[in-house]
Amino acid sequence: MVNKATRPTDDLIGQDLWNIQLDDQGQLKHFLTIEGLGTNILNQILDTAESFAGVNESVKKVPLLRGKTIVNLFFEASTRTRTTFELAAKRLSADVLNMNISASATSKGESLLDTLRNLEAMQTDMFIVRHADSGTAHFIANHVAPHIRVLNAGDGRHAHPTQAMLDMFTIRRNKGADFGGLRVAIVGDIMHSRVARSQIHALNTLNVGEVRVVGPKTLIPKDIEAMGVNVFYDLQQGIKDADVVIMLRLQKERMQGALLPSEQEYFQLYGLTEERLQVAKPDAIVMHPGPINRGVEIDSNVADGPRSVILDQVTYGIAVRMAVMSMTLGGNIASAKQAQEPQS
Amino acid sequence: MSEISQNILIRNARIIDPKNQLDKQADLYISNQRIAAIGDAPAGFSADETINADNLWLIPGLVDLSARLREPGLEHKANIETETRAAASAGITTLCVPPDTDPVIDEPAVVELIHRKAKQAQQSYVYTLGALTAGLKGEHLSEMAALKEAGCIGVSNCRNPVNNALILRRAFEYASTHSITVFIEPTDKHLSADGCAHEGAIASRLGLSPIPYAAETAPIAQILELIQDTDIRVHFGRLSCARSIELINEAKARGLKVTADVAAHQLHLTEIDISSFNSQYHVLPPLRTQRDMQALRLGIATGTISSICSDHQPHEIDAKLAPFPATEPGISSVETLLPLTLKLVENGDISLHEAIASITCNPAEILNLDVGHLAVGKSADLCLIDPDLEWTLNIDDMLSHGKNTPFAGWNFTGKNIRTIIKGKTVYSAS
Repeated sequence: MVNKATRPTDDLIGQDLWNIQLDDQGQLKHFLTIEGLGTNILNQILDTAESFAGVNESVKKVPLLRGKTIVNLFFEASTRTRTTFELAAKRLSADVLNMNISASATSKGESLLDTLRNLEAMQTDMFIVRHADSGTAHFIANHVAPHIRVLNAGDGRHAHPTQAMLDMFTIRRNKGADFGGLRVAIVGDIMHSRVARSQIHALNTLNVGEVRVVGPKTLIPKDIEAMGVNVFYDLQQGIKDADVVIMLRLQKERMQGALLPSEQEYFQLYGLTEERLQVAKPDAIVMHPGPINRGVEIDSNVADGPRSVILDQVTYGIAVRMAVMSMTLGGNIASAKQAQEPQS
Repeated sequence: MSEISQNILIRNARIIDPKNQLDKQADLYISNQRIAAIGDAPAGFSADETINADNLWLIPGLVDLSARLREPGLEHKANIETETRAAASAGITTLCVPPDTDPVIDEPAVVELIHRKAKQAQQSYVYTLGALTAGLKGEHLSEMAALKEAGCIGVSNCRNPVNNALILRRAFEYASTHSITVFIEPTDKHLSADGCAHEGAIASRLGLSPIPYAAETAPIAQILELIQDTDIRVHFGRLSCARSIELINEAKARGLKVTADVAAHQLHLTEIDISSFNSQYHVLPPLRTQRDMQALRLGIATGTISSICSDHQPHEIDAKLAPFPATEPGISSVETLLPLTLKLVENGDISLHEAIASITCNPAEILNLDVGHLAVGKSADLCLIDPDLEWTLNIDDMLSHGKNTPFAGWNFTGKNIRTIIKGKTVYSAS
């Protein structure tokens, strides 16, 4: 047994996965992963997003982050996610800088830390980071200047916490705030999905009734049960009596790695059709983090059908990202503003 | 070493030498670079230096089966002079360099370069493994006989696999023709792919590419079948899985000439340690489960694994300053080989004699070298240990150029305080 008493506690505090996201008041400082955050923080994000959802519809802009500079630091190509972060930042009146750093730039010899130091020197306040390596957001949060906040917009297969929170927001809007009676099935490529990992943490933190993951053994990571899920290899069994069915995007390159034989066979076994959806609860909703592959993981009839909330997810994405930005960066401003409002 | 050799008396040490079943309080006399006597003074001995070794252990100099010195080719990480100095300071008097230098050790000129630099450094003895296949590419046999002639004491393909079983079989047969031991770091490149963590709950949760057990055990099983009914000597190094030990055990029971070692860090760390993405824990093979760690410790206790090595891999700071999967694997570890081994004794996993044997005479036997024990007439390569010294590893105190270690801040009991090679003090704690 490793003697814990001999561990260098001082050195590790700064690197601890679960503490680094919170300041010494227990408030959200960085948003890197759902793991380790309490139900209170997740509910605070959802409640704050609820207040911004109205802003989106009417006012469009609030001055909460005026004068702040937010950098979209994307090492992986993405249009949709980057755009929603950009919109969210602009609706909070922040200045936004988009940096799309392809692999070629880093191959010129500039290390990730060099890039960070350069951007820090431009008096920035927040980095929104997407990177192909798991753990990148933690690495950056561990190395930035103390005043800079870090939001994880997706790191490798590890986490995509804002996506998970907008999914929770969507579920809450459709199913109510009490998740205790809900059965949620996540279907598809769990192995490579940072979205699924963050969803699983979020659902369990919000005390959901049951989380299921459904897919062939080649796409289910080893010992995933330890995250608090039940594993199903059969779609019909997996989505039976589900209240929420979340379909994951299947990347085409999975066929090359011998993980699957063909898109056709995948659709036959795991593609969601109206007919297969019959076994779910009658009022079940269908979600997808996008972009969808019609005819691969989901049939168009379902994607565009009455139970689909896929476009709602996109809309709510802006409010949820505004919530996380304001909580991490403008936390003081937001709470000061709330304090001024008369208590009812 | 040209200077005049001194007569040294080491007085009243607890002399521990597992190979010769020696464990007694006695004096040891060094003369003419050799051990002149243990116990009573040899006739006419007059000491130029007397070392008072009250409450100290005197043990054979440590033998390390795998230490990368980074020269030639990766001198920005470390070099032969710095790393042999660091090794000697930690009591290691003999070490073995794997062939994955740049250029690869697949021709005599590289062997000669390394031996020359090591001789200039006048620290630990440096031995080399030659490449099993040319350029470690797994396609053509290396000129093993020439490499042996140049001084290589074994051949290895490191973690580069030989994917073609026929080539592998022929490489074994050719090595055996020349009585050369083959050193294997069992790895299946397809199963391990771009992995950086043990396939299990932690890697699944962190989203790190997994390395399954089979990446290590499948090649071991294949090699054991290839060498069935032969007298080929194969050494399996850096094992990490409980199942690997079972395979080695079965092979030994069948009479195969196989031996095994484990890196010291595998006996103290598990997959849990990577939970915070700390790149200092990024090693290959990856840290496995608590169950595997216990099985490795038991493997040492039962003798299935006879040796513990440092698996020293010094890096420059930047090599570890990146997101976990993008960092280079390995630990700068010559300076923690002895303390981590002694910690097993402290924990009650193995006896003191088993511990010392696993880092002295046992690895010496695998390398077929007459070092790692104390006997009159043998070269005086030894170290003095203060068994009660409590200390904390501080990276600023490390002599290795590589400061990459997950053990910074760990508390240890027992430390090497003097290293003597060929009768000369090469390290003394001030």
